[in-house]
Amino acid sequence: MATTTVTTPAGATSVELTDDGFFVDPSIWTEEMVPELAAREGIDPVTDGHWQVIRFMRKEYLEKGTGPSVRALGKTSGVNVKELYQLFPKGPAKIAARIAGIPKPKGCV
Amino acid sequence: MTVTPAPIEKVSIIISKGSLEGVYPGLIMANGARAEGMECNLFFTFFGLDAIHQKRMEHLKVATVGNPGMHIPTLIGGLPGMSALATHMMNKKMEELDIPPVGEFLEMIADTGAGIYACKATVDMFHLEKNDFIPQLNDIITVGDFYEMAAGGQIIFT
Repeated sequence: MATTTVTTPAGATSVELTDDGFFVDPSIWTEEMVPELAAREGIDPVTDGHWQVIRFMRKEYLEKGTGPSVRALGKTSGVNVKELYQLFPKGPAKIAARIAGIPKPKGCV
Repeated sequence: MTVTPAPIEKVSIIISKGSLEGVYPGLIMANGARAEGMECNLFFTFFGLDAIHQKRMEHLKVATVGNPGMHIPTLIGGLPGMSALATHMMNKKMEELDIPPVGEFLEMIADTGAGIYACKATVDMFHLEKNDFIPQLNDIITVGDFYEMAAGGQIIFT
């Protein structure tokens, strides 16, 4: 567990992260945090494609309690698997979940 | 003080078996490696080549003979239709878990950016050619090429 500070135009927020970098409390996440969280993952600027995936992850998590796997993302987010890896080369579901402030998606495929 | 082990950055996964249960684990591990952001290459050798053979890939079967994990007597497992039945059941289970059929899975794995390679020695032994295989096949390579490509990563043999 580690604590980090995310700075947005609205001010600084102290955020607790798990050892592998996911939000402990997804409810403190705001969209304003996305540019800084994305930059920490090496994503800068955040494009429309990134936003589409990040918002989709967030929505799925809020509805189902877990974010989708890469396969599910490719089938349902409107962004295909190839494009997902272009947007998030270090793992689309994992990196987008970190940026969307949700836990690591479960599931093997 | 605990030292965090260095994360795995790269894996080379070898698939050497041509049964359904021999092929899927390697595919799942390759897809999972890419999902974790690792570099990944898949190598198909010996009967594992069936998994990337255009005509054979849709007909992979579960082995019901010589497979103690099936928990049925070998003589029963050898009855006509047993392998087809077990294969049908496993494919159904896979579908329920949203694990795609082998062909679709390989397309997805290629889309994740993983490399797909065939072993030259076996390709020659079985008298096969590049166009016998799926279009996602990157190349047919020697064992020496394989080790060069695997340098700096972990090798998993299945």
